[in-house]
Amino acid sequence: MFVRGLKRKCIDGEEDIEGTLAGIKAIPSYNLQRQSLLDMSLVKLQLCHMLVEPNLCRSVLIANTVRQIQEEMTQDGTWQMINTQSTGQTSLDRLVSTDILCRSSREQAEGKQVPGYSNFNKDFEDDQTQDSSETMSTASSVQAPRNLQSNVWEMENPQENRGNFQKSLDQIFETLENKSPNSVEDLFSEVDNSYYDLDTMLTGMMSNTKMGHCDGLETFSSPATTTSNSNCKSDLNELDHIVEILVES
Amino acid sequence: LLGAGGGNDIQWCFSQVKGAVDDDVAEDKLLSELQYRKLKTGMRTAAKSGLSLSENKTQSHSRGEYNVYSTFQSHEPEFDYLKSLEIEEKINKIRWLPQKNAAQFLLSTNDKTIKLWKISERDKRPEGYNLKEEDGRYRDPTTVTTLRVPVFRPMDLMVEASPRRIFANAHTYHINSISINSDYETYLSADDLRINLWHLEITDRSFNIVDIKPANMEELTEVITAAEFHPNSCNTFVYSSSKGTIRLCDMRASALCDRHSKLFEEPEDPSNRSFFSEIISSISDVKFSHSGRYMMTRDYLSVKIWDLNMENRPVETYQVHEYLRSKLCSLYENDCIFDKFECCWNGSDIVMTGSYNNFFRMFDRNTKRDITLEASRENNKPRTVLKPRKVCASGKRKKDEISVDSLDFNKKILHTAWHPKENIIAVATTNNLYIFQDKMN
Repeated sequence: MFVRGLKRKCIDGEEDIEGTLAGIKAIPSYNLQRQSLLDMSLVKLQLCHMLVEPNLCRSVLIANTVRQIQEEMTQDGTWQMINTQSTGQTSLDRLVSTDILCRSSREQAEGKQVPGYSNFNKDFEDDQTQDSSETMSTASSVQAPRNLQSNVWEMENPQENRGNFQKSLDQIFETLENKSPNSVEDLFSEVDNSYYDLDTMLTGMMSNTKMGHCDGLETFSSPATTTSNSNCKSDLNELDHIVEILVES
Repeated sequence: LLGAGGGNDIQWCFSQVKGAVDDDVAEDKLLSELQYRKLKTGMRTAAKSGLSLSENKTQSHSRGEYNVYSTFQSHEPEFDYLKSLEIEEKINKIRWLPQKNAAQFLLSTNDKTIKLWKISERDKRPEGYNLKEEDGRYRDPTTVTTLRVPVFRPMDLMVEASPRRIFANAHTYHINSISINSDYETYLSADDLRINLWHLEITDRSFNIVDIKPANMEELTEVITAAEFHPNSCNTFVYSSSKGTIRLCDMRASALCDRHSKLFEEPEDPSNRSFFSEIISSISDVKFSHSGRYMMTRDYLSVKIWDLNMENRPVETYQVHEYLRSKLCSLYENDCIFDKFECCWNGSDIVMTGSYNNFFRMFDRNTKRDITLEASRENNKPRTVLKPRKVCASGKRKKDEISVDSLDFNKKILHTAWHPKENIIAVATTNNLYIFQDKMN
């Protein structure tokens, strides 16, 4: 079902993607495969948070994987340009999903109520009503708060910051506990599932002895070099933030 | 040495299996560690909640069986009030100390606390006291009319395990390794970010010799995965990382060994690069050869032998289950990619490690041959020679081969141990312990 040996071409990658999409719908492009790997990793990290004392080695490895993917996506501009494809809706979901942990602490710092997952769901619904022309501007506006929030970190006392994170995390845990396991699925319900089965993925994480459906994803290859730019840096700040929460909680 | 036939080849036979028969086993009975005692015949397995010793009752010329020698609870679950979390009693590592007198000593550790246990045997007891009855009650002095000397008489073997030292409160993160120094006075314990040096006699103090915790935890990208002292140089130790590097440190260089003396790292193969490259390069175990000239590391897909004199690449690399390389995404999905396999030496010639589907692999460094065997109850008869197994990576599956997609990833062999003197191996599946021996001619 999945294309094996799909190697990424640096320059004309986009043409390939469009060609692939125009072709057999069931074969995901490299970008979509990479995207689903990113999703999977973020869910794993979030599930890590639900443990009281996560396995540090595992968390670090997953966070590094997320960082790698986001660096590569930033490098070829797909981080902001995903929305030009038909899967525009999903791009914002990704941005929001990594932002959730950052946003709660930022708003905490600004004295607002911590939104928790209930608000996250609401934001989700709001995003879906936007058309693709607006997603560009929304994407950049989501970028801006992230930059603001990194400044907030610098200003604040790190000790206090962690305390805030812990509080906001606790609230997230609480809302998570109150919800059924399906709620995690709901968070990603707008993702186009035709390319992979999220059910399998999520249950697979718990106890799966057989192979999952993502055989095609094994054939990733990413560019050897990564260059950093300002966008990359702000994304890294989020990731640093995630790692910080992981190790401090 | 390896192979199914031939004059000098080892023919591995099933010997024993211990543990529950069915696959569904209580969490607390999972085997978490396996160690042979150096220079002795005993072997120890650590179950998740307790600690169980198996001793080989050898008669002079027969290969004895392993029977349970002693079972005791090493660690209890604890509650960390500061963090509001429970510390599991699961034992992560055990290490025997060299035997100095009649008693045996071992170190066992859970996530946070290391304990030194003394295991002593009693097989005689004094009988014939003048003032006491056999059961300990004092005799009526008026009934004592003769004088006699108490003598030792044999009794049923009694094994006592008593905790001698408790080394606590030195680790913020989870302990993954302990290693006894060749001076037999000190040992190291390693967690994800720090390594501490202890003296076996002193429990209220330890020296921090490695600290890789960044000032800003947001910058954390690498953790310590294993550490071991050199078998001969008491000032030298190595530690491995989640990025596939091994650092050799000399404690004489400085008090805090943050600067390595040697850094062992193999450059990445660009043709194999993927998003999973780092994860599969993470080293799960590092072991020195008995001579100390070589060290072996285990990462997810391979075993590498390093010459301590060459830092830029290993001298040998053995693929344990290369057929999994195309399945890394699925293994990431079901978390198997984070499984930590151990490896062990037989002297300096053969290395052994585990895999999935209850398979385990041996590599002969001299003949360059390798073999895959399976630990299963199906080959239950003693002295049945184990049949070599083969996994079919792709293409047409031959008879007796197993295809990659049929492998059971719940059946993993993480711990194996080789008897220090004889061709007897112990292999731990999730909840069973298998002993295999060389078929005697």
